[in-house]
Amino acid sequence: MTLMPPALRPHFSYAGLRHGARAALPAFPGFIMFALAFGTAAAQKGLSLGETLGLSAFVYAGASQMVGLEIWQQAWTPTTILTIMTVTAVVNARMIMLGATLQPWLKHEPLPRTALNLFLLTEAGWLIGTRYHNEGGRDVGVLLGCALILWLVWLATTFVGFFAGALVPEPKRFGLDLVMPIFFGVMLVPLWKGAKPALPWLAAGVVSLIVHAMVPGYLFIIAGALAGVVAGMLLE
Amino acid sequence: MNGFGSFIASPWGSVLAIAAMTLVTFLCRIAGVVVMSRVRITPRIERGLRALPGSIILATILPVVIDNGWPAVIALAAAIIAMAVTRIDIVGLITGLGTLAVIRAFG
Repeated sequence: MTLMPPALRPHFSYAGLRHGARAALPAFPGFIMFALAFGTAAAQKGLSLGETLGLSAFVYAGASQMVGLEIWQQAWTPTTILTIMTVTAVVNARMIMLGATLQPWLKHEPLPRTALNLFLLTEAGWLIGTRYHNEGGRDVGVLLGCALILWLVWLATTFVGFFAGALVPEPKRFGLDLVMPIFFGVMLVPLWKGAKPALPWLAAGVVSLIVHAMVPGYLFIIAGALAGVVAGMLLE
Repeated sequence: MNGFGSFIASPWGSVLAIAAMTLVTFLCRIAGVVVMSRVRITPRIERGLRALPGSIILATILPVVIDNGWPAVIALAAAIIAMAVTRIDIVGLITGLGTLAVIRAFG
């Protein structure tokens, strides 16, 4: 990723869109592996192509789509709809934290564009945008460009996975099952500003491990993130 | 069965399920921005927010990596070192994945 000249005020440009689309490249492997796996699993579960693409296009949140498949029904009832809604909300609650960090950057944006930007919000796009923001960039186009290209990759590879999932080689052999955690770890490096500002991260890590060991599901992410915020507020 | 019950038992039920999942996910996506636009950002809150990105990353990856044992820990360390040295994200990613593949091939 190239460094953009620092700008003091948030703004939006079409050059930023292109820059964001290019900056999204390192997130492609993770998106491709996950969307292939989702498309394949959805086809095996008996979902139609329309249902599978609908989930990827509109819900657009990998973990909740996978969990959604577990409770997918042939014939829906009000109870099962409510169940899938609740489970989706629980799995995706961590996104609240992502949005909270973006608010200062987006506060002067026109509402429809912010709605689109947030509709396309993912951890990977947020990570790339956060890195760019930390390096002084303020062009919201970068965030949106990154989000748009990742959405297209997600949708296209869901389609491929639906028809050609069986052709995908054993992902574990190439370490691809851990592609997302490793990408996240890589993106931690540019956030490093010395040991003291990273003390809250330690709190976040410890709390997430404890919660993960004690509570099933994805609660450990939001619990750890909140612990990091509280630690950050308490440390001078 | 009443009208609504037979409607969602039809293929339209899937459309409704996707719409319901989309709605709650979008609410999660916008909630952080909506809440923070109504909170006065004091220096203390700003410090907390500044700690958030790194905290989210660690809270997300640490349990997953430890669940996958020492090959995953070494691969993550290799990825971080490669990124710290080169500052090129794709180099860090490939180093991590390559390390993991090599350990699994010989381990």
